[in-house]
Amino acid sequence: MTSSPDYDLECSNVSKSFGALRAVDDVSFVIPSGSFFSILGPSGCGKTTLMRMIAGFETPSAGDIRIKGASVLNAPPNKRNVKMVFQHLALFPMMNVYENIAYGMRCKGLGKDEIERKVREVLERVALPDVAEREIHQLSGGQKQRIAIARCMVLDPDVLLLDEPLGALDLKLREAMKIELKLLQHQFNTTFVYITHDQSEALVMSDHVAVMNNGSFEQIGTPQELYHGPVSAFVAGFVGDSNRWHGRVVEAGNGRAKVETTANLSLVCTAGTGQDLAPGDRAEVFIRPEFIRTERGDAATPASGDFLEGTVDSLLFNGANSRALVRSGSGELIEADITVTGGGGDLRPGETVRLTWSPDQALCFAAGAG
Amino acid sequence: MTQQDIKRLSLILLFMPFALWILLLIVLPHIGMGVLALREKVAPRVYEFGLGNFIDFAQEPIYWNTLLRTGSISLLVTVLALIAGFPIAYYIAKIAGRRSRGALFLLCLVPLWVSDLIRAFGWILLLRETGVISRVLQTVGLLDGPIELLYNDVTVIIGLVYTVILFMIVPLVSTLDGMDNAMIEAGYNLGGNGFTVLRRIIVPYAMPGIVSGCIIVFMLTAGSYLTPILLGGKNSSWFTETIYEQFITRYNWESGAAFGFLLLAFTSTVVWLGLKLSHQTLAGTVARS
Repeated sequence: MTSSPDYDLECSNVSKSFGALRAVDDVSFVIPSGSFFSILGPSGCGKTTLMRMIAGFETPSAGDIRIKGASVLNAPPNKRNVKMVFQHLALFPMMNVYENIAYGMRCKGLGKDEIERKVREVLERVALPDVAEREIHQLSGGQKQRIAIARCMVLDPDVLLLDEPLGALDLKLREAMKIELKLLQHQFNTTFVYITHDQSEALVMSDHVAVMNNGSFEQIGTPQELYHGPVSAFVAGFVGDSNRWHGRVVEAGNGRAKVETTANLSLVCTAGTGQDLAPGDRAEVFIRPEFIRTERGDAATPASGDFLEGTVDSLLFNGANSRALVRSGSGELIEADITVTGGGGDLRPGETVRLTWSPDQALCFAAGAG
Repeated sequence: MTQQDIKRLSLILLFMPFALWILLLIVLPHIGMGVLALREKVAPRVYEFGLGNFIDFAQEPIYWNTLLRTGSISLLVTVLALIAGFPIAYYIAKIAGRRSRGALFLLCLVPLWVSDLIRAFGWILLLRETGVISRVLQTVGLLDGPIELLYNDVTVIIGLVYTVILFMIVPLVSTLDGMDNAMIEAGYNLGGNGFTVLRRIIVPYAMPGIVSGCIIVFMLTAGSYLTPILLGGKNSSWFTETIYEQFITRYNWESGAAFGFLLLAFTSTVVWLGLKLSHQTLAGTVARS
């Protein structure tokens, strides 16, 4: 990996151990300038430790971190041009909005007029021009969010780190803030590194996502690559919803595998990227609910693909994202996306249905961790 | 009896001890003292209503000098207790691990298990002419003869700081404990150095605790009696000593009562000024912790 100014942030072979615990294990990645990069992983996977190392609050046990091509390992946190939006924002409650934003510029020693001008400017940009004199506790959740970002962006950082800042917001606001964050990132054209355990946040906002598990990166790619071409069982299970079956490979070859699940279901599926499956291996099969078609049991037998007969156990109505829980002949529950129109043609619990899908969309991985 | 009545009765019963305590031990004695303070002795067993006791105080420099001296030393003790207590509180609340925190806090409390009097005698054993420090210095050869370390202002101040510092540490620990570590990290992240973070973030955040600790410590110091008398001797000129003298030695209860009110008024004024200057309120500081 060469140092090039095209990358705002580069991490090479970064590791961090706390005693015997390896929190971050040999992580390498580069982030191109001006992109939105997410690190997605379950809690305890080491993503916060990684971020704290980038910000300078922890020192890596091994490896190098470069910002704009220059190593920052020996720079203390207040000398790195990496700003951070904390999980609970960490706005200073004893200062008003103006003082919060001015704090960083005062530390830099900017003049009074310049600070004044920049605060006004950044407040315009986050679309909150009139809140300068407000106290922090007078702001709403979304406003606090924007002030926390403004406080960092006014310092013109090379990289902005965001540590699950949407976690504390209620659902509606979180959805709105996802879009807003993406727009702000475009507007400031700064590299954002966003840490989250919520896969939908990562998918919606990011240019690139790294999926992290047990201290190391499982896969780095665009949201679409992760969703449609996961390279491991962990990624397939963690990104998006899936029906997941455990089983044993009975036939393998040509990128296809035939798997017999523990519930005696026989499925033909595509071997996941880089998977080398042999008959007898334990394997996991993933099929996303939106790739399963649900037809009433009396429809004609499909020409191609796998199918299963089952009865509708219950309906999970959620507007456009409604699902049917179908109990197969062997007793397993399978989730399938359905369209609920509210008319007479909708499925009802107890009906017999046939589930069909293409083997291309059933992915198979050797059973492993996760 | 209805549910409503039972509720009301239990409230009254629960409130009773507190009301009695306030009434019998605070309000009534102060009314009595107030009446005493406003009585002038014109002849043996002949009294008149008037402000004579207060006028006496104003006309006698030694009295108000003593009061001012008590006030200024108390302020100094408060500042020293804050300077010494803040790092300790910061260590306990922010740096010490979760397990050692409790132990450290307990260690701070240990001296409270011993009475004030015994602790003051402890200092006397150390500091008197034939005390431990004097002996050691002689044995080592740093001193030719014994040295008296008691009965001076420095000793009184050290003794007072030692007695009251705990009351500074407790409110400080409780406010600093409530401070999110992320706030300190944000202070550094946005470019502040250690001093800026302390001055602009930690101290302003801890202000309610600082003010609350200062009020308690100042009131305790200004009203203390044992430590200044035992460590400072007769020359300590502490105002409580003057009050004691009026009541017990001179048997002049009227003047003693007036002095008592003056001390109360003086310390209250200082506390009020302190609150005004630090933009804090009593409700936001002492009442909170």
